[in-house]
Formats: sequence, C-alpha cells, structure tokens
Amino acid sequence: MLFRKTFATLLLLTTTGAAIAADEVVVYSSRIDELIKPVFDMYTEKTGVKIKFITDKEAPLMARIKAEGENTPADLLITVDAGNLWQAEQMGILQPFTSPVIEQNIPTQYRSSVGTWTGLTVRARTIAYAPDRVKEGELSTYEALAGPEWEGRLCLRTSKKVYNQSLTATLIETHGEAKAQEILSGWVNNLATSVFPDDNSVLQAIDAGQCDVGIVNTYYYGRMHKENPNLGVKLFWPNQQDRGVHVNLSGVGLTQHAPHPEAAKALVEWMTGSEAQALFARINQEYPANPTVPVSAEVAGWGTFKADTVPVEVAGRRQAEAIKLMDRVGWN
Amino acid sequence: MSHSPQHHWYPVAFLAAGLVLMPLCVLLWSWQHIDGEIWSHLWSTQLPRLLSNTVTLLVGVSIGVTVVGVSLAWLTSLCEFPGRRWLDWALMLPFAIPAYVLAFVFVGLLDFSGPVQSFLRSTLDLRLRFPPVRSTGGVITVLVLVFYPYVYLLARSAFLAQGRGLTEAARVLGLSPWRAFWRVALPMAWPAIGAGLALAIMETLADFGAVSVFNFDTFTTAIYKTWYGFFSLSSAAQLASLLLLGVGLVLFGERRIRGVARPAHERARSGALYHLHGWKAWLASSWCGLVFACAFCVPLLQLVVWFWQRGRFDLDERYIGLILHSLGLGLCAALLTVCLALLLVFARRQAPSRPIRSAIGLANLGYALPGSVLAVAIMLAFSLLDRELVVPLSHWLGGAGKPILLGSLGALLLAYLIRFLTVAYGPLESALARIRPSLPEASRSLGVGGIGLFVKVYLPLLMPGALSAALLVFVDVLKEMPATLLMRPFGWDTLAVRIFEMTSEGEWARAALPALTLVLVGLLPVISLIRRSARH
Repeated sequence: MLFRKTFATLLLLTTTGAAIAADEVVVYSSRIDELIKPVFDMYTEKTGVKIKFITDKEAPLMARIKAEGENTPADLLITVDAGNLWQAEQMGILQPFTSPVIEQNIPTQYRSSVGTWTGLTVRARTIAYAPDRVKEGELSTYEALAGPEWEGRLCLRTSKKVYNQSLTATLIETHGEAKAQEILSGWVNNLATSVFPDDNSVLQAIDAGQCDVGIVNTYYYGRMHKENPNLGVKLFWPNQQDRGVHVNLSGVGLTQHAPHPEAAKALVEWMTGSEAQALFARINQEYPANPTVPVSAEVAGWGTFKADTVPVEVAGRRQAEAIKLMDRVGWN
Repeated sequence: MSHSPQHHWYPVAFLAAGLVLMPLCVLLWSWQHIDGEIWSHLWSTQLPRLLSNTVTLLVGVSIGVTVVGVSLAWLTSLCEFPGRRWLDWALMLPFAIPAYVLAFVFVGLLDFSGPVQSFLRSTLDLRLRFPPVRSTGGVITVLVLVFYPYVYLLARSAFLAQGRGLTEAARVLGLSPWRAFWRVALPMAWPAIGAGLALAIMETLADFGAVSVFNFDTFTTAIYKTWYGFFSLSSAAQLASLLLLGVGLVLFGERRIRGVARPAHERARSGALYHLHGWKAWLASSWCGLVFACAFCVPLLQLVVWFWQRGRFDLDERYIGLILHSLGLGLCAALLTVCLALLLVFARRQAPSRPIRSAIGLANLGYALPGSVLAVAIMLAFSLLDRELVVPLSHWLGGAGKPILLGSLGALLLAYLIRFLTVAYGPLESALARIRPSLPEASRSLGVGGIGLFVKVYLPLLMPGALSAALLVFVDVLKEMPATLLMRPFGWDTLAVRIFEMTSEGEWARAALPALTLVLVGLLPVISLIRRSARH
C-alpha cells in the first residue's frame, strides 16, 4: 500500500500537466487534525467536495504559503488566533472576499476589517481558580491579579504562546504601555512557580495546590473537567464591571493565490453556518462565532459573560509590542 | 594527468556540499537586511540570558553524556559483572526515545502535580521540598539521558576494537585498571568519544521540543521567538546562521582533536579484561541498571500507563497509515543518506584534497540546524527553483507549468538527507578507516579494480558500518518532527506529527499512544543495530 502510494505520488509529480480537480479545497491549518477533521468530513459527506489539509504551527504554514507564491496549492489558512490572521493579511498572503452569507452569520467584530478572513470560533481566556483556597469576592479583574495579596499564588503559561501575547496586547490597548508593564510585573512577581508550557499544566497545578489562580482558555478547562468531574478548579469571568473577558478567535482566511477560490468560499460559508458551528462548539467546547448557534450544554453550565469588545485585530497589531513588554518584565 | 582519479570525486563532493549550501545561502541571504529594532531588543533583554543558558546546557550535557556514555561503555565492554550481558545492548535502547517524549514524560511524572509528588503528599502526607523539576538541572538530566547513547555506542566499539595487546601490556607494566583506563583506553578511544560528543552537542543546540517542555530558553528559543512572535523570518535566519557558525567552530575543534589520535588496528579481544567481584560488581551493576531504568524503563512504563488511561481510546485503523508513513520515510531517507555518505567517505579517502575536504565538512553541517529553520530554508530554496527553473522549463516543454519540488515527497527526503548526512557519515568514515590501504592495493595487483574492487572488497567490509549508519538515520528520521511537519505532502502524517498534535494542546497522556508506537517501531532497528555491533 505504501509503495503504491509512493508510486502514485511520484506519478503525480511527473505528470505536471495533470489538471487539479475542481471539486476540492486545500487547507493549511494550525487547528489540529482532531479539531478540524470532523468538520471537513461532514462537508465532504454533504457536498462530495474533497478537502485536503496539512497541520502545523501558524508561522511555518504562513512561510510556506509565502514561499509558494502563485504556485501555492493552499486555498485557505486556518489559525487559532486572530493576531496570526492579521499577520497573514500584512504579509500579503490573503485576499479579500465578500459573502453576504458570512456577513450575516458572523458579527463584524469577529471579521477582518478588510474582508480577508473571518472568525469561526470564539475562545475566552479567563481566570481559573481553586474554590477551596480562593475566597468569595477575592477575584475581580485580570489587573487585580498583580496585587500583593496574590503573591506566590499565581500560575501562568509561557509568554511564547500567542494567547498570552494577545491578552497582553489588549492590556496595552486598554491601559497604555506603562500601566500594562506595571500589571505584567505584578503578575510575574506573584508567580508561584516558573511558567508552564501549556494551559493544561496550569490547570493541573491549580488542582494539585501548587497555586490558587491562573489564566487559561476555557476549552482546556472543559476538556479536563469532562475527564475528571472532581477537578478542584473553577472558572471566573473577570472585568465584568468594565471591558469584559478577553476573547480571541480561531479563524480562516482565503489565500492570495487560492487555486479554487469559489469552492473555498463555499466551504467558509458553510463553516459559519449553524450546522458546522454547532459541530465546532461540540468537538472542543468553544464558543461559536455565529451568535445564533447555542453553546454546548457543558459550556452553558459555566454561565454567561460580557466579552471584551476591543477589535481582535489589536492582537496582531500590538503583538510585537506585547512580546517586547513580556520580555522586559521577565515573563518567559 | 588527463584523467587523474581524484577528479572523479569532485562532482559528488560538490553536489553534497551544494545541497547543504542551498539552505545555507538562504540563511546568509537574510543578512542583506538587518532589523535593528528586533536585534537591539533581543540584545538588551534576551541574548545575554539565552547565551548563558545555552552555555550552561552545553557544558552540562557534554559532561553528562561523556561521563555516563564512557563509564557505561568501559564497564560493559571491558569488565564482567552480573547483568553485563543484557545491559550491554539494553543501554542502547534509549536511543529510540525522542528527546521531546522523554521531556514530557519526565515533567509529567515528577512535577508538582504529577503522580510521584501527589502520592507523597496525599497518601504518605510527606511535605518534602522537592528540587524544582522544570529547572536547569532537570533539562540537563533529560538531555543526558536521551543523548548519552551516541557516546556510548561509539565509545563501546572503540573500546572493543582496542584489543588485548595494549591494555594487557598496561596491566603487565603494573597500571591499575583505573590508571590503565586514563592512560591507555581513554586516549585511544577519544576520537570515537569526540565524534559521539559532537553529535550530542549538535542535537542539544538544535533541540526545541525538549527545552520548550521545560520552558528553558536557549539560543534556539530566540530563533523561534523571532520567527513565530515577531514574524521576522530574516532575523530568525540571521540568528540561525550565527548558531551554525558556533557549531562549525565546535566541529572544527573536534576534528582537530581527533586528528591527533589514531584509530586502533588491533585484533579484537575476546572475553572480558576485568572480572569484577563483591562491591565493585554490585556497584557496576547498579550504575548501569540505574541509567537504564531512568532512561528507558521508567519512561516506557509511564507511557504505558498513560496509554492505558487515555491513549487506547484513540487507537484506530489510522495508526496503520501513520506507522507505514513513518517506516517508509525512514527507509527511503536512510537508503538515500547512506548512499551519499558512502560516496563522500570514498571521495575523502581517494582524493583528500583541500577542496574535497572542505566540501565534505560543509556537507556535514546540516545536523546542527534546528529542524524548522532548515526546513524553511530548504523550502525557500525549492520555491525559488520551482519558480525560476521548473515552471519555465515545464512551459518550454509544453507542460502545464506546475511546480513539482515544493510539497513533494522528494523535497522532504532531501531535507532529511541534508539534516542527517553527518549521522551516516561518521560510522562509514570509521568503517572505511579500518580497511587498510594494503587491501585494495593487493586486490588491484591481482587484477580486481574499479566496480569489482568495490563490490568484492570494500562493500563486504563496509557493510556493518553502512548498516549502523542506515539504522541511525532511520531512527532519527522516525523521531524528526519540525521538517516533517512543514514539508510533508498531503496525507503523509507520521507518528511524530501525531505526537505534535497532541502535545501542542498539552495532552501529554494522549500523546502517549503515538509516542509509545514510535518507540516500539524504533526499537527493532536499534536492537538489530546492537546485535550487529556486538559482533564487531
């Protein structure tokens, strides 16, 4: 089977004249296989359109699209962060497209201002805490976690993850750089242990009692809570009196030289529709970007919250600034 | 002379050098524009810390792999003690475990929220203060445990090849085993140890997966941060070229040191030199056993536990495809790499002129580049070739003018070839060095030359070395992650890709399934490698 495949590939390579079938869409995705394939499979089953995709981190995928230039096989780029879509837009590897369907499905603040990409799911980055060690009323805002009462009680993920860079970018946008630096320094001072490589480790550390609070994306909590209903961690929605919970997007953009732009657009339109949005919500406990689609039962159990309305593009525009700030305060 | 045999070798050596030069040029090309803002930021907040981290890591890993690798090799090859027979080969098995896998197993098992500390806290109610697991010491320990097999393997064959004569002479002259080791065995084995150490150092410098589990920032971290965070691929390429310069210097130093020593040409010894008894035997057994347990048994056990808890629910028929892809890529890459390395060692032997030696030195540099950087550099080079060469040529020939290099299987194999050439080159070089020039001379005088000489004389003698080289490359390709991720054709997901998908979401327990499969697939070649080297 392997050899046949190898031969088939080689054959495909040599027959450079072979036309590419129109009923397929090619996707480069930084959403991992498990969180995107069910959606693609459903689409293929419904329409017969084949979807070929590879997964990797954003930066290499974007570099690949850039390098391939006009010859890129990729129609769509899926990322897990709006900042990266903004970067892709700046690199000139995305093209604007208009679709009344998408405009109706997805609110303006979750779409690119120049129409090169749209959000698919909304991801809230909120505060997780240990209910047995954090008193009622102790939690209020992200900013308050910088206060001296949290010394030695905070767990954070590494600043290398784009989620934290986006959060920092919105802090700079809201408070200005000097105040944001103060907040971040406070966080770093309050760390209970060196920063973790992923959100799961932060949740585990809170559960194990290494620290009392942390900042995580909600779906990590959702997954872990599903596996272990006795998890000693709860979610808190901060900043409800002012700007709201920090949210980010997993979204999709149309590449500049997409070989099948129409088929790709049709796929994106379908992915913003109710059926696909419900599936997105179900497979990873994320919030559908389409507001008419209800969240999953588990997510509904966490309660509703006011989300920050700062445009998600800020995450991209201020990403470099945010990283520099994080480097300065020693958030590794 | 009109057809000096030396000239036959120039195209091969230059082709190999050209392959490595291609991504290298892309890296150097990046220097035409320097982003002062990023550099001054890196310089003022990052580089001093990262450089000192990197140096600490390198020194720690170098000392660690040398002490562990050499001591184990000396014990298992020259001494006799309980358990030696199986430890002798078992100590190579950790080679099948990728660094990033051992890293997440180590942290997952030992960190505050892991089973060990949780058990001590909750069940025994012990409030011990553990040393921090995610620390410099932790990352050094993990890298030593995964990279010592390079030193062990090479030092072991060197000790075995030293033969009876010299070490027995040392004994007769009244040297204690300890002093004989320092004065005779170690200096003679140094070229091999140095080669193994160089591989371990290059792996350490290029590593990103393991250090990022520990969130231990090294120079490689700066490369990725510049690329993934600042989206400045050119600054990342500049940093990578500096890293490469450092590696070049290390390799140069290693060659200089190796140049002083000469490989032994003695007849191999049979039987152990020192029979250990009493506490000495006990100590030897426990040291070897301890390393084996920490580097292999415990991680494997943890993977099995995780597999049982979480991973088994993910097991489906897709794993057949993943395994076949991993195997297929490994085999093709191993074959390709060994063939080129074979040509290069011959080139160096037959035509040791300065241009050839420099070209080969260059061709061996690919190993030190972080995988993603190498992959993106190759990608840029290929896209250039596609654009400037393939497409116009295809148009000219009446084709559709489609690019064929980028995203093809060939491109991925070429990336493996560039990265792992030096892994194959080392064993082949030492295998060829053991063939005395008198042998081919004799066969030439008997009228056997050219291809016949190669097939009848060289090939049988080089076969063990070539197999070792192929197995090393095979296992390395299995474990390789960043280049595979970026350059694999559609549908060519491998086990390493699967591990990436799980660990990128922090799902370490679920990553146990692909990781365990990868280790098991890698074990077979490692075992056959050991059995082969046991015979020689």
